[in-house]
Amino acid sequence: MTEATANTIRINKPRQAIGEGPRTRFALIAIALVFLALMLIAPLVVVFFEAFSRGLGVYIDALAMPDTMSALQLTLLVAAIAVPANLVFGVAASWAIAKFDFKGKSFLLTLIDLPFAVSPVVSGLVFVLLFGANSVLGPWLADMGIQVLFAVPGIVIATIFITFPFVARELIPLMQQQGSSEEEAAVSLGAGGWRTFFLVTLPNVKWGLLYGVLLCNARAMGEFGAVSVVSGHIRGQTNTLPLHIEILYNDNKAAAAFAVASLLAMLALVTLAVKTMLEARFAGSLAAQRRH
Amino acid sequence: MQVRAENISKRYASMAALDDVSLTVGSGELVALLGPSGSGKTTLLRTIAGLEVPDSGTVFYNDRDTSQMRIQDRGVGFVFQHYALFKHMKVMDNIAFGLRARKKNKPKEAEIRRRVLELLDLVQLSGLEGRFPSQLSGGQRQRVALARALAIEPSVLLLDEPFGALDARVRKDLRRWLREIHERTGHTTLFVTHDQEEALELADRVVVMSKGRIEQSATPDEIYDTPATPFVFSFIGESSVIPVAVGNGRATLDERVIDLDVGTLPDGPAQLYLRPEDVAMVTDGGPGIPGLVVSTRRIGGMRRVTIECGLARHRIEFDAPAEIPIANSQRLQVRVIGGRVYGAGSEGYGTEKLAASATSDFKWAKAEGWLDR
Repeated sequence: MTEATANTIRINKPRQAIGEGPRTRFALIAIALVFLALMLIAPLVVVFFEAFSRGLGVYIDALAMPDTMSALQLTLLVAAIAVPANLVFGVAASWAIAKFDFKGKSFLLTLIDLPFAVSPVVSGLVFVLLFGANSVLGPWLADMGIQVLFAVPGIVIATIFITFPFVARELIPLMQQQGSSEEEAAVSLGAGGWRTFFLVTLPNVKWGLLYGVLLCNARAMGEFGAVSVVSGHIRGQTNTLPLHIEILYNDNKAAAAFAVASLLAMLALVTLAVKTMLEARFAGSLAAQRRH
Repeated sequence: MQVRAENISKRYASMAALDDVSLTVGSGELVALLGPSGSGKTTLLRTIAGLEVPDSGTVFYNDRDTSQMRIQDRGVGFVFQHYALFKHMKVMDNIAFGLRARKKNKPKEAEIRRRVLELLDLVQLSGLEGRFPSQLSGGQRQRVALARALAIEPSVLLLDEPFGALDARVRKDLRRWLREIHERTGHTTLFVTHDQEEALELADRVVVMSKGRIEQSATPDEIYDTPATPFVFSFIGESSVIPVAVGNGRATLDERVIDLDVGTLPDGPAQLYLRPEDVAMVTDGGPGIPGLVVSTRRIGGMRRVTIECGLARHRIEFDAPAEIPIANSQRLQVRVIGGRVYGAGSEGYGTEKLAASATSDFKWAKAEGWLDR
């Protein structure tokens, strides 16, 4: 009886126009989940598992090492300089590209993508050639007492270069899609350029901007290739967290390497958590804007 | 304030958006810029607002050259087709935006609030000041956009297809309402539309544009009754077009099917333009143009009949009383009681209005010949 009822219900249930049968749906979801588990969750678990494999003591020792602490400080410092710099550059570039027409616009667009297209190692080498001892700029800067290569300025410059596209790439499509009519309305109502920018343009792209900044931040803290070339790997001075992890790993201190790696992973997780929190906090106004 | 655009030209890539256009909008006048898409009407409106810079030509506000004026200082109230409301601001802040942006004579916050509420009352949206634009309907959004533009006490109000994105019913209501607002506030107003009904109903004066040029600028009555060019005739209202030959003051089709007195029109090929009401069915057995009915459809209290006449089967549409039964393939005769003939004149078009009396001059075709083809 119950079976019959269940059957009738199944027969009578109208088929959705879009969507697959239950078996196909199950298979597709399973594939996605397995892939997610293998490629994203497993590595994260392994990092934390390996970090604690020799016990909590080794973990804390590895983190408390002066070299680790200085690497953490340097990483945070570099991110603290590179991210705001790229925030300003990125917003300016996307504002110019999305809201104005000028000659060489597509060239500028291509140029913004350059750091994505070029291998980070090559980017690092470019700065070695630019600021090295045999270059034009290097000796001149050295005379003035400024050391760029194998010092903090070089790391900052390389990081800014690598993370340049994140903010701009996030904002350009968004701004282009929104068009300029709100800005036109603002100026026709008497608002000047800055007022229009801060009251109209910026609020319209704030979520895209936040996302771009978070991605930029994650990459700034995690960048390895370009920084590796320009930093010189001086322990306690020019080692960022990723470089420090590599050194530890090469010294056969796997547990310590993973401990520091877990620190880096945690920084990334905190970044994501902040983003999720902000989105939840402002979900109301976000939805109101999207419905428009 | 009077707005005067003089010899405005503007090109986009290889296409001329505006080709030496001059236009004057008198103080307090309500003018419609009417034309199909791509006719340059929006470009002209945006140029007058200062949102576009013309390649050549000047826009004057009263007698002041605006070419060196910043758009912020022009005092234009611009209403966009898709409202362009500030999405992240409440209705109150949207309307207050222009007042708060003022550098000189910036009113106090309490005064701004009072003014916004007053404007909301004017646009009949009282009580909605705390809503976000996304919580309003299309018609309400457009009214907020208008209130926002009116808040700065503009010297000229410019509206770009203000009702284009709304459904027919709301459009009609807003049209009447905009006319009322204009009568109450008296702003010099220029609006763009592709809807001829809207232009004729709403405006004091209609400016018809095509391909970056002004075809005619006149009152709605003149636009409808004496269209200056074939384009205006066919763009406004329904029309049938028949190519005719003009010679010795007569317009003829197939030498005798149509034969009209056209006075001083120069010889050569010409076009006969007819509105449905310019053609009447012959019911008294008198002479007329013979035709074959190809379709009929009911329009309100009338029946719109399409007939074919002449060797090339030119189509003429006219209205017949609904009570007269007319079937497809029926043969009947019609009489031209109005319409215009456009010939190639020295300056564009020569045109002759066909008065009802002129039709007495018809030499009616001898029907048998071609009707039996």
